[in-house]
Amino acid sequence: MLIFEHSRPGRRARAQAPAGEAALADIPESFRRKKRPRLPEVSEMQAVRHYTRLSQKNFSIDTQFYPLGSCTMKYNPRACNSLAMLPGLLGRHPLAPDTHSQGFMSAMYELQEILKEVTGMSAVSLAPMAGAQGEFAGIAMIRAYHDARGDTERKEILVPDAAHGTNPATAVMCGYQAREIPTKADGDVDMEALKAALGPQTAGIMLTNPSTLGVFERRIEEIARLVHEAGGLLYYDGANLNAILGRVRPGDMGFDVIHMNLHKTFSTPHGGGGPGAGPVGVSQRLQPFLPIPMVASDGSDYHWLQEEEMPQSIGRLSAFAGNAGVLLRAYVYAKMLGGEGMQRVADYSTLNANYMLKKLMEAGFTAAYPERRATHEFIITLKKEAKELGVNAMDFAKRLLDHGMHAPTTYFPLLVPECFLIEPTETEAKESLDAFIQAMIAIREEAARDPERVKGAPWSLPVRRLDDVKAARELDLRWQPGETST
Amino acid sequence: MSNIPDNLKYTESHEWVKDEGDGSVTVGITDHAQELLGDLVFVELPEVGAELSAGSECAVVESVKAASDVYSPVDGEVVAVNQDLADSPEAINEDPYGAWIFKLKLSDPAQLDGLLDAAAYAEAAED
Amino acid sequence: MPFIPHTDEETREMLDAIGVDSMDDLFEEIPANLRCGDLSALGPGLWEQEVSQLMQEKARADGQPLCFIGAGAYDHHIPAAVWQLATRGEYYTAYTPYQAEASQGTLQLLYEYQSMMTELMAMDVSNASLYDGASALAEAVLMAVRANRKSKSRRILVPRGLHPHYRATVHTLVKNQGIELVEAPYDEKTGQTDLDALKRHQGGDFAALVIPQPNFFGVLEPVDEMTAFAQANGMLAIALVNPLAMAVLQPPGEWGEKGVDIACGDGQPLGAPLSSGGPYFGFMCCTQKLVRQMPGRIIGRTVDLEGREGFALTLQAREQHIRRSKATSNICTNQGLMVTAATLHMSLLGAEGLARVAARCHENLGMLVEKLTSLGEIEPAFSAPVFHETVLRLPLEAKRVLRTLAAHNVLGGYDLSRHYPELGNALLVCTTENRSESDMNKYRQKLEQVLASRRQGACATMAKLD
Repeated sequence: MLIFEHSRPGRRARAQAPAGEAALADIPESFRRKKRPRLPEVSEMQAVRHYTRLSQKNFSIDTQFYPLGSCTMKYNPRACNSLAMLPGLLGRHPLAPDTHSQGFMSAMYELQEILKEVTGMSAVSLAPMAGAQGEFAGIAMIRAYHDARGDTERKEILVPDAAHGTNPATAVMCGYQAREIPTKADGDVDMEALKAALGPQTAGIMLTNPSTLGVFERRIEEIARLVHEAGGLLYYDGANLNAILGRVRPGDMGFDVIHMNLHKTFSTPHGGGGPGAGPVGVSQRLQPFLPIPMVASDGSDYHWLQEEEMPQSIGRLSAFAGNAGVLLRAYVYAKMLGGEGMQRVADYSTLNANYMLKKLMEAGFTAAYPERRATHEFIITLKKEAKELGVNAMDFAKRLLDHGMHAPTTYFPLLVPECFLIEPTETEAKESLDAFIQAMIAIREEAARDPERVKGAPWSLPVRRLDDVKAARELDLRWQPGETST
Repeated sequence: MSNIPDNLKYTESHEWVKDEGDGSVTVGITDHAQELLGDLVFVELPEVGAELSAGSECAVVESVKAASDVYSPVDGEVVAVNQDLADSPEAINEDPYGAWIFKLKLSDPAQLDGLLDAAAYAEAAED
Repeated sequence: MPFIPHTDEETREMLDAIGVDSMDDLFEEIPANLRCGDLSALGPGLWEQEVSQLMQEKARADGQPLCFIGAGAYDHHIPAAVWQLATRGEYYTAYTPYQAEASQGTLQLLYEYQSMMTELMAMDVSNASLYDGASALAEAVLMAVRANRKSKSRRILVPRGLHPHYRATVHTLVKNQGIELVEAPYDEKTGQTDLDALKRHQGGDFAALVIPQPNFFGVLEPVDEMTAFAQANGMLAIALVNPLAMAVLQPPGEWGEKGVDIACGDGQPLGAPLSSGGPYFGFMCCTQKLVRQMPGRIIGRTVDLEGREGFALTLQAREQHIRRSKATSNICTNQGLMVTAATLHMSLLGAEGLARVAARCHENLGMLVEKLTSLGEIEPAFSAPVFHETVLRLPLEAKRVLRTLAAHNVLGGYDLSRHYPELGNALLVCTTENRSESDMNKYRQKLEQVLASRRQGACATMAKLD
């Protein structure tokens, strides 16, 4: 039932708006709205009850194991939320003068410093509002760097075929062509293909390391050398930074620019699809091009760096200073972890992933890269199960929901058929991991016995599988006044 | 095995081409291509009058989980598009060789000789 | 170990199961010379009480000044229920609803959001949000360039009266694709976009015209004329609006003869706290015809295997995870939680409540302007009607006035001299429903002192403050 169906003309949540009609007399009729929008007319309790009930139809980290590969669905500490919502911070206007901003700016400055330290980069800007915007900033900086040197013939960004779709989309948004580099059977980049692709047209390469295949790119130093020799720069997609926090730093691997997903590695909430935050870090030579605004310190006071102080900056990415509230949550998280706690993130997320991989292999499931050490995530392929039992990765995924667990990432990366990309994160206890493995075994047994039961899943959720084809062919994107639902 | 009629020409990018014998061709996507894509939900058509060169992207066929470009098999000018597909993209799933996408006036009829025949396409589609 | 549940025994057991001796062995594929492992520079972790103290100190340091700044971020009252519900774990800690069956809560909420936004904007369709208003406008510009097949120019007409940070953001996000922003001047008397100047572009090839309502000065634009001008000249009309204002002002779907093609803006006034500028959310609506050119997530209603109503992501083939380099945008994550808050906010206020809030904000502005102009030497800069924000001309530098006011914990507005030097000593002031008459009296009183001290020739004090 939609909120609109609780609506009755004349009903209102009267405590939520000022009483009495105020004057708009000085605004001429011609500018005024003639017909009220048909928004819901409900009481406060009806709204609260409706949206509480809706929330109960969601899986979330707070309620379920959520091993969604490449998304780092770890526990989001509640203190991060409540402290970011302290009245002084929540009520600060983005254009408040520096005299009334030293508290907020000190947190932002310290966060910049923390992120520099953990990534090994020379400078950090917190401006990008999401991972994809961080990617955009990174590639735009690479372009600005080449342009500033008069090196304008570089037209291509190299992207491994296993990369996240945002990588090639970003390259195009920055006016480049994306050129795919194949991956070898062991999960590493095909060096011969890389060498063949590099040339005077190469602006740079976008790499995720560990890659989206759940393995560490072992020849990263050689890749860095080759790309640099060709005059290109290296971009690090921080999607998998959780795997290496405190173990190896992108700056030490030879990357020139990186973005971090604070909503993954620094445990800010995913919020049902954002808001995230995608700060960027750079090596010395890209520093002048960082997006604004940034926070600087003269030792005692903090101030903003704007266009005037950073004339070569790629510019602004948002109306104000990015997703400040998300940045505050990440800052609180970083302070609670400290250096030691941060290193344990990589250790325990890797321990959990390798333990699950080992147990799943012992149970007869097929690893995509059995010879490789898993990082914080790993891939199994259900090709054999699909062939022998007629039950594919999607069916397993849907049946896992009935077992009270969110499904792993399915059918990504596209290179591996019938794949599950599984990322348990460090905050899950061993018993969650064991329960997942047991569920996988149970589903396989059920598929042998009663495949239709698996193929028809989920059975226990508010809806069964949805008709995606109907959704796309007969677009129904909004409620229409006057209708009632079935 | 998908259906590959003998009387048509093909491209490696899964378009079929019918020589109308009057200096024009009709173009669609093959049975094999529609099988790979699954249920189509949308077709983006080229504009009548557009000048296309062989290999250029000129239309898009979209399913729920994929979108694929359609490439012009030869050089030519678009003289007609199948407007029915705007409302019923599923026609391509139901009858891929009946549900044509566009018609071209050939710039160079000799280019037709460079296209694949049914046997060659069957082999290409195997890979 | 914060947030890690493993006991020593479990860790040992798991390492044994894997068949390695130590944690270090798990990282053996990383070249040895690259491995670090020392983050001691970050200092020790703090426990919850310590970090709480630290954050409270920072929050206190920023004070809670009396704020008359608007300029794209507005201090509105948010019903208590909004964030209590939005921070429920089921909303707060879920991810993008890829597994539709396990995400019906978020999906239905987003569908309701789309329905509400299309109503508020009087447009056909809405997406499920973009990052913020400025980046949403950039996406609208990219969308217009893609969709306007008649235009070959990749040029966009942008009023000088559009928020300067928005203009800067759009420039950053579109310049690498060779898109040029051409400035349309404003009328110095009215503050509206100069229609005569606009008409000099008649017959020029532009992909779109951006139409802000209200514009950065708070001034109401002649939106019907601007929309008609754009559409008569082969341009798409892009509206950039304050969503709260649309509760009382003519919505973009009704501008001109047939409404605008794309409407976007910042959703902050609908339930997002000021929070130093973010997270807010960008919204975007468009005509049915353009839906496949729209970036971002879109939710559709459909049925399940048993014919029951359900909701799912749809039109995904536009998006980067399928279309890769040919996607409509690289956007992936958007601002889901802020949209959750906005949906709750709109449900609780309804059309009537939003209209009342908007009217109260505006009524307060009238009161403030009257109080401040009664001091003499201060007058409105523009003659056209405004909505809850306006430009005042001061007898001395806005920067100086603001500094002195801030010392008294009053943030008196936004200094326009940096972005609009041609306006002289101009100050952009705003009121919301949260500013009471006594707040305004305090502002007036402090401003009076500033003006008086200047008249008394006490410039020495001012100079010292510099």
